[in-house]
Amino acid sequence: MSTFIQTLIVGLRLGSIYALVALGYTMVYGIIRLINFAHGDFIMVGGYTMIFTIPLALAMGLPAWTSVVFAILCCALVGMTTELVAYRPIRKKGTSMTALITAIAVSMLLENLAQAIPAIGPNPVVASQIFSTGGFSIAGVTMEWTTVSTIVISAVVMVVLYQFTQKTKLGRAMRCVSEDKEASILMGINVNRTIVLTFAIGSGLSAVAALMYMAQYPKVYTTMGMMLGLKAFVAAVLGGIGIIPGAMLGGLIIGLVESFTTSYVSSSMADTFVFLILIIVLIIKPAGILGKNVGEKV
Amino acid sequence: MKKRTGKGYIINTAVIAVIIVAFAFIKSAFGGNEQFRLIIVPSLWQCCYLIILAASLNLILGFLGQLSLGHCGFMAIGAYAAALISLAFQRAGVFTEKAGPAFVLVLIGCILAAGILAALVGLLVGIPALRLKGDYLAIITLGFGMIIVNIINNIPFAGQEGLSLGSASASLYKNGLGFGTASKVTYLWVALIVTLICLTMMFMFIRSKYGRAIKAIRDDEIAASASGINTSYYKIFTFTFSAFFAGIAGALYACANATLSTSSFAFTNGGILNSTFIVVMVVLGGMGSLTGSVVSAIVMFFVNYQIKNGLWVKSLPGFLGGIFAYPMLVYAIILIAVIMFRPRGIFGTYEFSLLNFVRDIKEHRAKKALQKAGNKEAKSND
Repeated sequence: MSTFIQTLIVGLRLGSIYALVALGYTMVYGIIRLINFAHGDFIMVGGYTMIFTIPLALAMGLPAWTSVVFAILCCALVGMTTELVAYRPIRKKGTSMTALITAIAVSMLLENLAQAIPAIGPNPVVASQIFSTGGFSIAGVTMEWTTVSTIVISAVVMVVLYQFTQKTKLGRAMRCVSEDKEASILMGINVNRTIVLTFAIGSGLSAVAALMYMAQYPKVYTTMGMMLGLKAFVAAVLGGIGIIPGAMLGGLIIGLVESFTTSYVSSSMADTFVFLILIIVLIIKPAGILGKNVGEKV
Repeated sequence: MKKRTGKGYIINTAVIAVIIVAFAFIKSAFGGNEQFRLIIVPSLWQCCYLIILAASLNLILGFLGQLSLGHCGFMAIGAYAAALISLAFQRAGVFTEKAGPAFVLVLIGCILAAGILAALVGLLVGIPALRLKGDYLAIITLGFGMIIVNIINNIPFAGQEGLSLGSASASLYKNGLGFGTASKVTYLWVALIVTLICLTMMFMFIRSKYGRAIKAIRDDEIAASASGINTSYYKIFTFTFSAFFAGIAGALYACANATLSTSSFAFTNGGILNSTFIVVMVVLGGMGSLTGSVVSAIVMFFVNYQIKNGLWVKSLPGFLGGIFAYPMLVYAIILIAVIMFRPRGIFGTYEFSLLNFVRDIKEHRAKKALQKAGNKEAKSND
C-alpha cells in the first residue's frame, strides 16, 4: 500500500512538471496552430540560465531558487526571438507543414548551439541544491518539501494562467486570436503583439518547469528537454490541445502512467505506454479528453 | 506519348548498362586500392541506404504531403529483421561463410523479408494513423516510431542485450549480415542494384495512376475525394509502399554496419541517422522531387563525412571549429534558410530525366535569352 501511495506521489510530481511544460505547448498551439518542437529546448535554456545565475543569486543573499527569475526572462527572450526570427516569416508564406519543419529545425539549432558553445559544452552539469532537503511523513509515506512545492506551484500557475486568459484584456485577446485572426484584427487586437506575448509567457513557464525538474533531477544537459518536451506534448494532446485545464489533466495522467509503469511493469517500457496512450487517444478522440471535435470547413 | 515512354526506357536501360560495365571495370582496376576499399566502398554502402531512405520518405512528405516523423522505426524493423533472419539461417546451417550462392540467396531473401515485414508494420501503423493529418499525423507517427524502437529494445534476443551488445553482436558480424571490408567490396553490387531497383520502382510509382492520385491528394484532399479518388486507400498504400523501402534500407544498414543499436533509429540523436535527419534531407532536396532526394542524400553524406573526417574542419579556429563539431547545427541553419527562401526545397518538384535533359536545357536557355532580350528592350525604352 505504501508503495502504491509513494508511486502515486511520484506520479503527481512528475505529472506536475509535465503539466507546466504542456501549458506552454498548449498556449502556443492554441494561438498559432503550431507544435513548437523547440519548447522542450527552452527548458534546457532555462536550466542553463539557472546554473549560471544561482551563484549570482547566492551572492546577493537570496535563496537559490530566485535564479528562476533570470531563467524566466531569458527563456521568454529566447521564445520571442524564435517567434520573430523564425516562425513569423515562415507563417506568412509557408504551409503548416513547413512551419512544423521549421520548429524541428529550431529545436535542432538550439540543442546543437548549446553543445557548440564552450561555456555550456556537451557534458552534463550537476546543479547545486535548489530547495532545502527534508520533508515530513504521514503513515509511513514520506513527502519531500520539493514534491509538495512542485505540485502546489504547478497547480497555482495553472489556475493563475486560466484566470489570466479568462479575465484580463491580453488573455481575452489571446483567445480571440486563436479563434479567428481576421476578426480579431477587425476588433482592434494587435495580433502579432499578442502572439509574441503568448510565446513569452509559454517560454517563461518552461523556465519554471526547468526549476521543478532540476529540484528533482539535479543534472542539466543539452538534450534534457527532448524527451521531457515530447512527453509534455503528449500530455497537451491528451488533455485537448489549446485548452489550459486540459494540459494540467493530461500532464497528471502522463505522470501517473509513467510512474506506475515504471514501478509495476518495467522502467524501460514506460515510454512505450506513454506513446501508446497518445495513439489511443488520437484514434478515439483526436481533439483530446476535454476538446470538442470540430468539423472541417470546405 | 507512348512512343516517348518506350524511348525513355531504352535510353535509361542503355545508360545504366554502360554505368554497370564502367563500374565493373573500375572495381577490377581499383579493387586492391586501399582507399577504394576502406573509404569509397563503405561510403557507397552508406549512400545507398540513405538514398533509399530519403526517396522513400519523399513519397510521404513530398508527394502525399504528410509529415511522418517515425520513418526510422520502419528502418529499424528492416535492419533487425534482416539481421535476425540471417543469423537464423546461419544457425540452421544454410551457409557457413559469407560466400557462395547459398549466401547470396539468403542475403537477397533477407533484404526482401526486411522490406515486407516493414511494409506489414507500415500497414498496421498506417490504418489508424492516416485517419489523422497534418500535425496530428506527425505526432502519431513520431509516437509509433518511438514505440517500435522501444519494443525492439525490450525484445530479449534483439534489443539492448541482444544484437547491440555482447556475443550476439559479434555473431552478427561473424556469421550474419554484418559485412567486413572484404565482403563490402564483394557484395557492393547487391547494394547498388537494390538501390537502383528501389529507385526505379519509386519513379514508376510516381508516374503511375497512383502517383497522380497522391499528388492530387496533396494539392487538395477534398477536391481529390470529390473527383472519385479513394483518399484513405491511396494514403495507406503510399505509407505501406514507403515503409517497404525503409525496411530495405534497414537491411542494407544491417549489412553495412557490424553492430546494431536501437539508438541509431531514434527520433533524433547526434548522428546522421535519425528520423529528423531524413526529414532534413528530403526537405533540402525538394519535397516532391526524387532527384532532389538522391542528390541531397549523397551531398549530405559527403558533407557529414567531410565535417567528421576532413582536415580542414580540424584546422578551423576555436568557436568555428566548435560549430562544425556539431554538424546538426549547420544543417539546422541551412534548413531554416532553405525553408524561408525556397519552401519546396532546392530542387522543388524538378525531376531529372535523361530523355528530357537536353530539352530542359534548351528550354531554360530559350527562357534566359527571352529574359535578356526583354531586359534590353526595357533598357532601350528608358
